[in-house]
Parts: sequence; C-alpha cells; structure tokens
Amino acid sequence: MKSSIRDVGDIRVIELSGKITIGAGDVKIRELIDQALEDGKNDVILDLGGVTAIDSSGIGEMVACYTTVTKRGGHLKLMHLSPKITDILQVTQLITVFDVFDDEREALGSF
Amino acid sequence: MGSKQPISRATTDSAILTALMATNNKLTAELVMASRFENIEIAERTLLDLCRRAGCNGDEEYWLVSALREALANAVRHGNGQDPNQDVRVFLTIENSTVTIRVEDEGEGFEPADIPDPTSPENLLRPSGRGIFYMRQFMNRVEFGPTPSGGTAVVMVRDLDQTDSDQS
Repeated sequence: MKSSIRDVGDIRVIELSGKITIGAGDVKIRELIDQALEDGKNDVILDLGGVTAIDSSGIGEMVACYTTVTKRGGHLKLMHLSPKITDILQVTQLITVFDVFDDEREALGSF
Repeated sequence: MGSKQPISRATTDSAILTALMATNNKLTAELVMASRFENIEIAERTLLDLCRRAGCNGDEEYWLVSALREALANAVRHGNGQDPNQDVRVFLTIENSTVTIRVEDEGEGFEPADIPDPTSPENLLRPSGRGIFYMRQFMNRVEFGPTPSGGTAVVMVRDLDQTDSDQS
C-alpha cells in the first residue's frame, strides 16, 4: 500500500493506493491516523480511490481508527470508494457507520 | 500440464507450489506455505492463474481471491498462531465451472457458531471478527472440519457464472 498526505485547512486528507490487507496496509493505516492526531488533525478524510483490495483486517483497522478519532472528538470520513469496496462495507452494515463521499469538495465541507 | 507429487513441508519462510495439473475439464493446484502473511500473495497469484486459464470474469476473480485471502489470514493468524514452523496447505480446483478452495492449518479448530454476528449493532465497531462472514458472502458454500492430521480445514465452493464466463 502507498499513501500520501496533505492538509486542507484543519482537515488531513490521506490518499491510499494498492492493497489494504493483513500484515501490510492494515498497520500502515493506524500509523497514518496516529500521525494525524499527533499533528493536531482530528478531522480526517481517507481517500480510497487508488485502493485495489481491502480485506477484513483492513476494514477492521479502519473501524478501529474511526473509534480512535471519534474518541478524540474528531471525525473520520471516507472518499472515492470503488463499487467493490462499497459492496464490502454494505454487507457488513459499515456503510451506516462511515460518512462516504464521491466529491472532495463535498467531503471537505461536511466537517 | 504437470505431475502430481507428494506434498513436502515448507521451509519457515517459503511457499511452494507442489502440484499443478490441467486436464480437459479440471484445473488443480496445491501449495504448502509457512505461516507468514507475506506468503498469502503467492497463493493469490496461483488462484488468479487458474481463474484466467478457466476463463473466470474479473468480478469472480476478485471475490474468489478475497475469500482465499480471508481463509489464509485465518489459518496463519488463528490456526497456526503465526508460527512459521507450522504449515498452511492450499488445494485449488476448478472443475465444470465450480471453484473449490480448501485451506488446511495445523490448529485445533474452533466452533464457527461461536463467532458473533459482525452485522449486529453491538458488534459493528469491533475491529475483528469479519473474516468468516466475508468468506460466506463471497462464496456459495463454506464448511469447516478437521483434517486427518489433527488440524482444521475450510472448504469453500463457488459456482462460476456461466453466462459471462468468457469475459476477462
């Protein structure tokens, strides 16, 4: 998995690409979120536009990060989900947990 | 075409393709891999190769590989406790438009019914416990049972969509 980060005002946008799977990408997400919180960025958008596959460990890590960010008074939102990742979130009802956006401007304006 | 050989034991960091066979209506591959997450991708590539030989469409490939990845992650993490001295064995078969994936570990097994429903509201925010649920979503049938050597096997079956099986 590859990642790049940028800040838009107080919002941290984390762009992810490749696989978010056990033993690799799942741990990386946690590190990126911890870094955002350390930097004082409690509002985070995960841009999954370049993600080709995600497994239950990757999903689980996103859920754990959602909980961590929420406890800090922040928000973790998702953007640019592929149809397959949308399916994966839907079957486990997680689509009801995360705010999901197709448009970055809309996502940034939602905080 | 290939010859079927007895399955050997993997070294602690390896994954070995021990057999690959193709006959008229049947494609098979067998692997033995040390219990490391890094080896999962080797099994994924083997399944993808079989899928492409069998003419699976891209969506089917995606869900089959996803199910295999979940089964292997469970075998490495929960079955074998990430002990690289313990092996995971993988048996892949595509025959008459049916894909069968069998993954064996050396663990003592578990009771699938004991795993909480990850879609229940009280479990939605749990960071784990979705792997078997996903396997059941991606495949038509998923069954667990003991192996002859005392480990645990999961057998997953998916019937390919024959209406568009010639798509890539």
